[in-house]
Amino acid sequence: MEEGKINVKCQVVIIGGSAGSLEVLLQLLPNLNTLNSFALVIVLHRKSGEDNLLENLIRLKTKVPVQDVDDKTPLEPGNIYIAPSDYHLLFEKDHTLSLDTSEKVNYSRPSIDVAFESAAEIYERTLVAILLSGANADGTKGLEIVKKSGGITVVQKPASAEVPFMPVNAIANMQPDYVLDINEILKFVTNINL
Amino acid sequence: MISDRELEVLINEVFEYYGYDFSGYSRASLKRRVDRLYQIDGFTYFSDLLSKVRSEPGYVKHLVEEVTVNVTEMFRDPLFYKVVREEILPVLATKPFIRIWHAGCSTGEEVYSMAILLKEANLLHKSLLYATDINAIVLDTAKKGVFPLRMMKQYSENYMISGGKNDFSDYYTANYGLAKFSDEFTGKMVFSQHNLVSDGSFNEFDLIMCRNVLIYFDKNLQDRALQLFDNSLAFLGYLALGTKETIKFSTVQDRFQQLNREKIWKKVK
Repeated sequence: MEEGKINVKCQVVIIGGSAGSLEVLLQLLPNLNTLNSFALVIVLHRKSGEDNLLENLIRLKTKVPVQDVDDKTPLEPGNIYIAPSDYHLLFEKDHTLSLDTSEKVNYSRPSIDVAFESAAEIYERTLVAILLSGANADGTKGLEIVKKSGGITVVQKPASAEVPFMPVNAIANMQPDYVLDINEILKFVTNINL
Repeated sequence: MISDRELEVLINEVFEYYGYDFSGYSRASLKRRVDRLYQIDGFTYFSDLLSKVRSEPGYVKHLVEEVTVNVTEMFRDPLFYKVVREEILPVLATKPFIRIWHAGCSTGEEVYSMAILLKEANLLHKSLLYATDINAIVLDTAKKGVFPLRMMKQYSENYMISGGKNDFSDYYTANYGLAKFSDEFTGKMVFSQHNLVSDGSFNEFDLIMCRNVLIYFDKNLQDRALQLFDNSLAFLGYLALGTKETIKFSTVQDRFQQLNREKIWKKVK
C-alpha cells in the first residue's frame, strides 16, 4: 500500500468482473493464503440458474474459506463470498448480505454497479473495489460511487484484460485510484491492512 | 438519492396514513426501490414525495406497487419444480383434499405452474390454490391468467426441465401477443390481498410456497412470517422458500426438517 494513502482499516474488498475475469481470479486466488482481516466479495456476471459451479471452482483454487451466500448471510473477515446467480447482492448495516431479484441492471443480475453502490453506502472509506475484464459498462457507475464515498478504486490495466471494454469504460468515465495488471493486483490485495 | 432519515420518515408516514408497514423490510433493498421510484416519478425534493403520499391515496397504491419487487416467472428454478413433482406431490396425493398457499404470489406465474403440476399428477380436481399478495394490482393480473406470449418460449423450456412431458402450448390459447391460461386452472384458485406483516393465519395448508419474498424482510420480520407459516401448516405439511432463502437463523428452525438440497422443509412438530 502506498505510504499515506490508507490509514483506515479495510473491511471489505469487492471484486467485479464479467467476460475474461474468471481467469484473472484463478490466477489471483491460489496466491492468497489468508485475507488480512477483511472479507472478499466477488460479483461476476454468470449464467442464470447455474448451480454452485463457480463456487466449487473457486473453492478448488484457494485456501481461504468460501462461504455459501444465502439471504442474510453474515459477512465475516477472512472469508470469500460469491454473489449467487440471478440475484442482486446488497449490503446491510448489520454486516449481513441481502439478496434481491428486482429488474436486471446493465442487462445483469447480479449487477456490479448495484453491489458496488450498496457496499459503498455501508463501508464507505473501509471499502476497496476492484473492476476486472468484461464486455459491458457495468461497474463504472459503481466505482464512481465507491470513490465518492471515500473508498479505494482499482481497475485492471486494459492491456492485461482479456476483454478490455469494462476497464476501458471505467477509466474513460472516472478516475480510479489505481490501474493495475494482474500481478500488481495480487500485490495490492496482499498488502491490504499490513 | 434519499437519506436514511428520509426513508424512515416515509416509512412512518405510509404506516400512519395507510397502515402499510414497511418498517421490517430490509433497508438495502427498500432504499434502492424508493430511490428508483423517486427517479421514475421525477421528484427533486423529498418533501414533494411526502406531500403526495399524504394527500393522494392513489399514489400510495402506486408506491406499494413500485416498491415491492414483482419479478417472477413460470417454473422459476425448474429443478425446484422437478422436486415438487417427483417428491412432494406423490405424498400430497394421499390426502382427500389438498390446500396450497402461495404467499406473495405477485402476478401469479408460479401459481399457474403449480396448477399445471397438479393437473399432470391428476390432483387438480381435489386441490385449492390460495394466492395472496400485499399488492392489489398484481393480483388483478394473476386472476386473469394472461401472460405475455413472448415469455412462453422460456417458460416452455423451464417446464420441460421440470420434468414436463406435454406440449406446453396445450395449456394456453395465444391471441394478440398474449397467452391465456385455461379456466380449468383459474377455477381452482382463490386470490386475495394479504399482508404478511400484519395479517394472520386464515387456513391450514399442506404446502406453503413463499419464494423470494422473505429476502425483502429483515431478520425479525422473516421470523414473524415464518411463525405465521408454522401456524398455518398442517402437521407434516411442507414449506417451500426461494433457492437462497433459509430458516436457519429463525426460531421455528427446530420444528422443521429440511428435505434435501432444495429449500423445502417438512413440519415435524
